[in-house]
Amino acid sequence: MKIKQLSVFLENKRGRLYEALKALADAGINIRALSIADTSEFGILRMIVTDPEKAKEILENNEFTVKLTNVIAMAVKDKPGGLAESLRYLYDANINIEYIYAFVEKSGEKAVVVIRTENLDKTISLLQEKDIKLLSWDDVLAL
Amino acid sequence: MQFWNKEAETLKKQKLRELQLERLKKTLRRVYQKVPHYRAKFQQAKVKPDDIKYLEDVNKLPFTTKEDLYVDYPFGLVTLPIEKLIRLHTSSGTTGKPKAIFFSKKDINNSAELIARCLVMTGAKQGDILQNSMTYGLFTGAFVMHYGAEKVGILVIPAGPGNTERQINLMRDFGTTMIHITPSYALYVASVIYDKGIDPRRDLKLKRAYLGAEPYSEETRKKIEDMLGIDIYNCYGLTEMNGPGVGFECKYKAGLHIWEDNFLMEVINPDTGEPVKEGEIGELVLTTLNREAMPLIRYRTRDLTRIIPQPCKCGRTHRRISRILGRSDDMFIVKGVNIFPQQIEQVLMSIKGVAQNYQIVLESYDEMTVKVEIDRELFDGKIERLIKMKEEIIDKIRSATMVKPKVELLEPGTLPISEGKAKRVIDNRTI
Repeated sequence: MKIKQLSVFLENKRGRLYEALKALADAGINIRALSIADTSEFGILRMIVTDPEKAKEILENNEFTVKLTNVIAMAVKDKPGGLAESLRYLYDANINIEYIYAFVEKSGEKAVVVIRTENLDKTISLLQEKDIKLLSWDDVLAL
Repeated sequence: MQFWNKEAETLKKQKLRELQLERLKKTLRRVYQKVPHYRAKFQQAKVKPDDIKYLEDVNKLPFTTKEDLYVDYPFGLVTLPIEKLIRLHTSSGTTGKPKAIFFSKKDINNSAELIARCLVMTGAKQGDILQNSMTYGLFTGAFVMHYGAEKVGILVIPAGPGNTERQINLMRDFGTTMIHITPSYALYVASVIYDKGIDPRRDLKLKRAYLGAEPYSEETRKKIEDMLGIDIYNCYGLTEMNGPGVGFECKYKAGLHIWEDNFLMEVINPDTGEPVKEGEIGELVLTTLNREAMPLIRYRTRDLTRIIPQPCKCGRTHRRISRILGRSDDMFIVKGVNIFPQQIEQVLMSIKGVAQNYQIVLESYDEMTVKVEIDRELFDGKIERLIKMKEEIIDKIRSATMVKPKVELLEPGTLPISEGKAKRVIDNRTI
């Protein structure tokens, strides 16, 4: 139930984000979810894309520093408290979240968030136990 | 512990100082009488050989720089009639002409004596076989080592550099036990040995290697030692001072012993010419104490090092220096503190996650920015790790230099790739 996320090291300089996105666009790779963690001088661009292996290769060919990371895509009720409810389970189980961000698209009536925790396997089994829908790679592609 | 000349090598500190002073005075009188350029320099500095009563007085004497070697070129600094000279060696100069260094018979013999001390200090003895893979030519490296090894009674294979296939065959066929070679070539030969499927521990008799003539890091030493299953000893020398054998590591590999009965060493602040505190980094300055044909007084080597004042476990009383840390021309000043790029480099090398390439940018007199590329292989996508790594770099540079730097983490490949001598310091300051 893990899906591949692309993490790209970006220097905080003009045009760098554009260059990364342009390289993916030229290769026909679609971005399904995206977030940036940044400091004043550098940041990490995190993305869920349609073909992560190919995207990695393309970015590396363009001199970017890239890492594929496992994350979870979790479907939550698209209403107030929907995300909080799911996170509550992690909180109770003492699992720390490293970061979280949202997909633009919905999965049916549900919102989709990308989540990375300190222990993915434990998180997966916990959430499945609680009947939270986790998206497979095919589900992600179908969004 | 073996010694080649136990008496000289373990001479009591006091006796060693007395011997140095006696030899220094003799050398000064010699150059004052025989070398017009030195006499003029001394007169300009208002100092006479007789003014030097203690070793500490040495800082009254003028320095010799490489420019002095071009005055009255090429015989200007020679103290013997030309027919008494038996050897010329040269060292590449920056001005087009090479630096010319002349040796008398006694000088050649003496430099071989010093190498004999060095080799025996590392455990070499009669029965060993030395493959001398340095260039036999104008460069001193190969010859002095050759004579020194013969003195000990070691069988010398004068291989010279290059032709790697033949180097390996020589090692295998003649049972080479030690090799004198440059670090970069040693790495290459070691990799070819592996490519050929030769197991150096089983198929070769190699026990030790002497690496010099180029700077190399402790990591490189360990790497070659592991690849070949041997001990590597660091050696230091310069053509202006006989070539190799000025400083050499003993079995303990913890700094290079300088033969203080032959060389008077000082470590100075390259900017002011004043001595640094014992143990601090500065430029090595050497005076020959036992050279006949071409003595040099307070020669600025431009090499950065520090004296290791503690006595060595091997029992030799001659003090040690650290491995050469770089060139003094690279020094810069921030917040009134002298900083060498090598200090920064050492810090960066100790941190996991950064690549080898770095740059120091100076925009003002109280701030330095260290730009460093992250290591593509070690990037794990976590921003916390990068932030932590950046803080670690700042902390470690601050404790190494006393100046808190600004640190910028860059994408790999951002900084210009440097072949050989890298341009590490970009000084944009205007006075």
